[in-house]
Formats: sequence, C-alpha cells, structure tokens
Amino acid sequence: MKISILVNEGPYTHQASDSAYQFTKAALEKGHEVFRVFFYNDGVNNGTRLTVPPQDDRNIQKNWSELAEKHKLDLVVCIAAAQRRGILDEGEAKRHGKGDGAANIAPGFRISGLGQLIEMGIESDRLVVFGD
Amino acid sequence: MADAAKTPPAKPAKAAPKKFMYVNRRAPYGTIYALESLEVVLIGAAFDQEVALAFIDDGVFQLTKGQDTKPLGVKNFSPTFRALGDYGVTKLYVEKESLQERGLTIADLQAVTYEDENDGFKEKPSIQVLTRAEMGAIMQKQDVLLNF
Amino acid sequence: MTMLHTINKSPFENNALSSALKHAQKGDAILLIEDGVYGALKGTTASGDIWARRVDLRFYVLSADLSARGLAKGQLIEGLNLIDYAGFVDLVTTHKSSQAWL
Repeated sequence: MKISILVNEGPYTHQASDSAYQFTKAALEKGHEVFRVFFYNDGVNNGTRLTVPPQDDRNIQKNWSELAEKHKLDLVVCIAAAQRRGILDEGEAKRHGKGDGAANIAPGFRISGLGQLIEMGIESDRLVVFGD
Repeated sequence: MADAAKTPPAKPAKAAPKKFMYVNRRAPYGTIYALESLEVVLIGAAFDQEVALAFIDDGVFQLTKGQDTKPLGVKNFSPTFRALGDYGVTKLYVEKESLQERGLTIADLQAVTYEDENDGFKEKPSIQVLTRAEMGAIMQKQDVLLNF
Repeated sequence: MTMLHTINKSPFENNALSSALKHAQKGDAILLIEDGVYGALKGTTASGDIWARRVDLRFYVLSADLSARGLAKGQLIEGLNLIDYAGFVDLVTTHKSSQAWL
C-alpha cells in the first residue's frame, strides 16, 4: 500500500518524531511504499543539520536522513513553517539575504509548499498523523 | 486487443475527489495549531477535493465572535474563516455538545456564510451545528483526516 | 468502513481518549501510543470509559510505549491487544482511514 506520514512536532520535546520514524521503518520493512513524509508546524525542526545531540542519545535528524537515503524517501519540510522557524535551504537563504552558509536543511530533506501535504493525501492510500 | 488499434485510447479516468476533513480540537492563540491548520485549508482549497472542517472540544473557541488580538501583538486570524466561502470551503461542522459543555451557543460564534453558485448565489450559512453522534458518523465517512 | 483512532495522551492530562471514544463508531479500532498507554491501566478513574466500549470497539496498545514506561500486561484492562510497530502498520492498512486525536 502507498502510505504517507505527517509529523507535526520537532525532535526531542515530543515523542511524535520518534514514533513517526519507528512507524515509517516498520511500514518499509513490511514492503509498503512510503510516498512521502511531510514535516509541518514545529516538525520542520527535524530537518536542521545543525543539531548535535549528546553521544549517548539518538540523533533523530540523522535517523531520518539515513532512512531517506536507504529507501529513497521523500522528506518534505513545509516552506512557510520552515521560514517561521529558521530552517533554510540554499535558495531560501539567498532569497532572504541570510548570507553564505546559512542554509541548514539536513541531507535527504527538501523544502516545499503545503500543496505537497495535500497531494500526499490525494495520492496515498493512507495518511498517518503524528504530533502532540 | 484488435479493437485497440481502431479506437483511441480512453483518457485515464480522473480519480474521484477525496473527502478531506480538518479536525479542530484546540483553542486559538495559546498554540499555533489552529492557525497552521487554517493555512493548510486555504492551500488545500485549490485541489478540488471535498473539504469539511470539524470544530469539536476546544476547537469551537476558534469561531467565537469579537476576537481582538491587538493587545497580544499577534495576527487575528478569525476573519479568515469568513473568507473560506470564496475558496469553496463551505462546510464548517460545529459540535453541539462541545458548545454546550463550554457554555456557548451558536449566537456566540461569528456568522460564516457562502454564496451558493448552484442556487442563484444565495447567501447561506457555512456553519452547521451537529450532534456528537452525527459528527462521529461523518468522521467515519472521510478519506483523509488532518488533526494538528 | 471502519476507522483507526490513535491516542497519544494520558487520560489524566486531557480529554483526547474520552473524546475519541465518544466519536468512535461500532467496529472502529482504538490504538493507545506514547502517553496514551496510561489509558490502558485497569483500576483507574479512566478505565471505565474503555470498559464500557469493550464490546463494540477493538482496543490496541503499542508494546514499545508500554515497556518504556515500566508497565506490564497484567496491569492493563482485560481484553486489550498488545501490538508492535508492524502491528500498528497493519491496523493502518486494514482500516479505511485513521485519525490522530492530538
């Protein structure tokens, strides 16, 4: 089946991103197609490459990036929510004059519009929401 | 498949629209959820799907009249609900029991209307008050439920 | 055309479980995850709500969240099903839709 996942909370404060990650992994292991994972609200904070968690803790961003690489996952960060919270890719950093090196989007994530959330609702057989 | 050569291939059938429901269970302003939910509704309106908004539990507070956010210095997004009709979003289901539990009646909510293009652009109310039982039944008929 | 309801809040914190139970239709599945698993405890002021719907709804608890919180099956309301993440995926695919009571 074609499944999509919506993540509405950032890493560490809430369990939502961990739950979504475990769910996504299980869905892939069962042979389902994960059409897209969309990060909204504070969920966009999962997509910054600048997090440096303690060594004895899991690295949530890295978990997502690695899963994306392994399974060619489409991890999309909402542009409006990302701009509010300072998550930028090269293009956005430039457009808003934030200077060289300001882009902090993590590997495997891309920034796009809310239409991607609606599209995944239309294109997928199931949509599962994780948040607080 | 000899016939295939003679008849032009059928156009791929356009998928039937899906039923999207945005479920609002949280009050405005204390958290961003109500506002960011509304932003999804506005974008989603362009996709020609069947859209409904449900207001249950504290979500009914999103529709109260007279919201003034000036002292807070944040955006008052309650007028946006009144513009939803122009986006073709005309089903705002408000739960009766949730209103009652909070000491509210429909008169405490702002009027939200739309112009019905199938009925001479007559102005009609977008807000429908449903019982909890009716709300539960409508939820189960949806394809995609978005809670924030 | 049944639905999966996920609840991730303790019933002692807010009304997510209570509201989900009031809206769930006969045959629906209720899955308790994260802090929602506290709703599965027996002998609490909240257990009655689940007990009252044990016949017309099906109840599931995510075992990873249960064990993380030091809870064991013996402490739970009778008749609840323990599942892992693979079981969560199965619940999603075998129901027409899902709703997260955030």
